[in-house]
Amino acid sequence: MRWIRIKYTKWYNILKDGISKNNPIVVAVLGICSALAVTNRVENAIAMGLGVTFVVMASSMMVSLIRNFIPPKVRMVTYMVIISTFVILFQMFLEAYFPSIAKALGAYVGLIITNCIVMGRSEAFAAKNPVKYSIIDGFASGMGYMLVLVLVASVREVLAFGTFLNMNVTPDSWVNWTVMAMAPGGFFVLGLFIWGIRELIKHYETA
Amino acid sequence: MGNLIELLLASILNHNIALVYILGMCPLIAISTNVKNAKGMGLAVVFVVTITGIINWPIYALLKSTGTTNLSLLVFIITIAATVQFLEMFLERFIPKLYNAFGIFLPLITVNCVVLAVSLFFVNREYSFAETAVFSFGSAVGWMLAIILVAGIREKMKKQSDVPRGLAGKGIVFIILGILALAFIGFTGIANI
Repeated sequence: MRWIRIKYTKWYNILKDGISKNNPIVVAVLGICSALAVTNRVENAIAMGLGVTFVVMASSMMVSLIRNFIPPKVRMVTYMVIISTFVILFQMFLEAYFPSIAKALGAYVGLIITNCIVMGRSEAFAAKNPVKYSIIDGFASGMGYMLVLVLVASVREVLAFGTFLNMNVTPDSWVNWTVMAMAPGGFFVLGLFIWGIRELIKHYETA
Repeated sequence: MGNLIELLLASILNHNIALVYILGMCPLIAISTNVKNAKGMGLAVVFVVTITGIINWPIYALLKSTGTTNLSLLVFIITIAATVQFLEMFLERFIPKLYNAFGIFLPLITVNCVVLAVSLFFVNREYSFAETAVFSFGSAVGWMLAIILVAGIREKMKKQSDVPRGLAGKGIVFIILGILALAFIGFTGIANI
């Protein structure tokens, strides 16, 4: 009985929307740069996904807390400052505990700031809603983002290096598809992926 | 001098910031529906990226001398936002023609990751001032090249091709970008960074 009732609560719906119906990558096509640049290895994708989730949640919470004090004219700059503070935190954390991942991600960690998802959730949701829903919304968007990242990365890592999370999963006769580790592979995999998901959830654009 | 020309070629062609480093995708996908808008956005990016690159270099040197490079992200993003705002007011007041040509694209640039990426790249690669200026300009021109190519292809496709429903709109742009990126791999070896 309880599970049935949960379906109608607000936080459940926010969570569901962020992961499926309003998935930031598949439906809204936001935050593509990092989605493609870091997905040649699954571990990078997980690190990036967690980073974005943390930044979205933290900055949505902050924006939502001070939403009534921000003058509308300078709100963008305020969001920027809040977001970059959390990105710097995440960057220092990675450098301290996971130096090899920090090196692999390089400048792309800093580029979380300009990831449209973070800014988009602050502007579209956190600026108008109370703190607890903003945190859930940030979490849902971050998870939806990470899901796509990890799926794309799995395909690319297996094809490009014959490994999954650095474990060998292909037979010895496997020939690596080098192009999958480079930009074109990312574009193709994500393009086909978006196609597949959109057919599944019946979301079509009129071009 | 030869070094600088090589850097310029590399940043436009074989180290193209859009098609090799995959940056600035959101505006590239959103605004590449027709060539005219793509050109406007491209020019605005060239303008802003070159100027912010040149401004951020001395600022980073200052941060380095005071040992506060941890803050570089925060400082860069504020510089970029301030520069864009200032440029907007300056152009509106003194060169209204250019201001009208850029239109809504100027404020949008603050969230274009190319601008921030160029600043982060020159830090990572330890460029000198001259190299930074050339690299910023070259990267921006490379981005403009990419958005205009994509817009041209999309314009033609709209009239002539039958795209599957699920790929229509933004999905097909990834396939176009993938093919373009494959083509740009062909430039490998022209110049090195």
